[in-house]
Amino acid sequence: MISGFILRALEGRIVIAVGILLAVAIIVPALNLLTSPDSALHIPTYAMALMGKYLCYALLALALDLVWGYCGILSLGHGAFFALGGYAMGMYLMRQIGSRGTYGNPDLPDFMVFLNWKELPWFWYGFDMFPFAMAMVLIVPGLLAFVFGWFAFRSRVNGVYLSIITQAMTYALMLAFFRNDMGFGGNNGLTDFKDILGFQVQAGGTRAVLFALSAIMLALCLIVASAITRSKFGKVLVGVRDAESRVRFLGFRVENIKLFTFVVSAMFAGIAGALFVPQVGIINPGEFAPANSIEVVVWTAVGGRGTLIGPIIGAILVNAGKSYFTGAFPEFWLFALGGLFIAVTLFLPKGIVGTIQHGWNARKALKSAADAEKGRDAGAAPVTQQAQAAE
Amino acid sequence: MNTIAETRSKSLLYLEDVSVSFDGFKAINSLSLVVEPGELRAIIGPNGAGKTTMMDIITGKTRPDTGKVIFEDTIDLTKKDEADIAQLGIGRKFQKPTVFESHTVWDNLELALNRSRGVFATLFYTLTAEDKARIEEILVTIRLTHRKNEYAANLSHGQKQWLEIGMLLAQEPKLLLVDEPVAGMTDAETAETAILLREIAKTRSVVVVEHDMGFIRDLGVKVTCLAEGSVLAEGSIDFVSSDPKVIENYLGR
Repeated sequence: MISGFILRALEGRIVIAVGILLAVAIIVPALNLLTSPDSALHIPTYAMALMGKYLCYALLALALDLVWGYCGILSLGHGAFFALGGYAMGMYLMRQIGSRGTYGNPDLPDFMVFLNWKELPWFWYGFDMFPFAMAMVLIVPGLLAFVFGWFAFRSRVNGVYLSIITQAMTYALMLAFFRNDMGFGGNNGLTDFKDILGFQVQAGGTRAVLFALSAIMLALCLIVASAITRSKFGKVLVGVRDAESRVRFLGFRVENIKLFTFVVSAMFAGIAGALFVPQVGIINPGEFAPANSIEVVVWTAVGGRGTLIGPIIGAILVNAGKSYFTGAFPEFWLFALGGLFIAVTLFLPKGIVGTIQHGWNARKALKSAADAEKGRDAGAAPVTQQAQAAE
Repeated sequence: MNTIAETRSKSLLYLEDVSVSFDGFKAINSLSLVVEPGELRAIIGPNGAGKTTMMDIITGKTRPDTGKVIFEDTIDLTKKDEADIAQLGIGRKFQKPTVFESHTVWDNLELALNRSRGVFATLFYTLTAEDKARIEEILVTIRLTHRKNEYAANLSHGQKQWLEIGMLLAQEPKLLLVDEPVAGMTDAETAETAILLREIAKTRSVVVVEHDMGFIRDLGVKVTCLAEGSVLAEGSIDFVSSDPKVIENYLGR
């Protein structure tokens, strides 16, 4: 049953994308570690870190595509799930610092000593254990999505109202995490990480492994997302997007369908955040900023929503563009982003991948119509019947 | 009293003294209606008579303020929501054809099939030979076999109506509520639809709301005329259309 579910995911495009991601997971770290800095093929560490960041963003965009592209839930708060996953990882990394902090306290992270706290708050318990922290990377965003979705979907909050409350959710979390007495480092967030599982976070080898893991997790999540969307459940999801009341009157519990998808998507976002934090070396409340979540929507729209591959391409392209622009013409980046979004809305409403796919399908339809005209397709309906239908 | 209890126990759907008002406006005013198993019933009435509201009440979209809505003598529909009621075996066709446009005709029917509808059951669902045969059978009934692999968006208006009826058949309901099935159809399509509905009514009860009197005549069944939220007259089409109240309220206008 499970194997059938996963096998269904492996459609042509997905296999190619997974293959590329796995190749990237091997080639980029290899070129970074094994070639000399003078070699033409050498990938410098900063570039690998940058690409690792793009892969995390791509996973976040994939997560958004699952709820927005397939289920029609435009979440403007997906950055919150990403940040929570990041904080869970950050808390583990903080506990690994141990007595190497500025204040040398073996139990308390520096910011707690600074605030004069005497003991570790209860919600920091367990984060010194890697498996616990990794479980929290999934559980915390998943639980928030579950509770939020439970109320929102049961009360049938839809469309723009839902978008607004997701935005309010991430904004509220940002304000909360800015407060020092929340116990998450206030506006400085969590940083100065030393090791992960005993390996130095800054070491070249660790960075290479983190990069490879980002690519592999993206590939895995892509397979899971594809399996979900290609199952009958995935067809129901698209049904909810296009004609929610029809789905309900067919006897499906729309609220459960949305809730499941929202929780899975939040967990994907949490994984993305957890991989992001050790690679950039910091997590702070700025990650909850509403603008971040809106940017994710732009990446997804640019790549093509409802295509799974599109958001990955969109996230990488837009962020590569951002890196280039903010380096070359820093004052123009926001104009470029705004212009891009307008251009995509006007000229490529289906996004890059969606447009290519549409063109491809149209060509196929044209070809089969031409075939039918030549009388090759014996299975086609008699012309009179089709003419009647067209009336 | 005895006769009322008897009527109720033999009925498939039983509405007694149902009222609902929206902001003081009485959309349904102590409406009573009985649909028997295997019956094909037509409902007519002027705009605002409460026809669609009545369907909303039966399918759980709207809760009545007072009155009984009983399915199969024992099930109180006012306590259930849309998904529950659909699973009990009441299918509903909307006034505007509502199909999944970005799915193929085949997928539309596959989704509608009366199978377990839970999250995990649908995630791990695989199409069985039995389900395949059932979909093929419905495709023949709704005359769409030749377009089964096309997107529903590319169907004509009439074909979308038929596809939606097919989806309801796939649901295997005991009672089918059909809201204005021939609105916007050509004459040929209207005649086909009448044949289709009579065919469907052989195995289940069907309630059709319609404005098209010619179509109602084609159906040749018992007619209920609603006005201002309650039943004005009930009987054969000739009986109802000669009723002075019906003429004044509906036909005469």
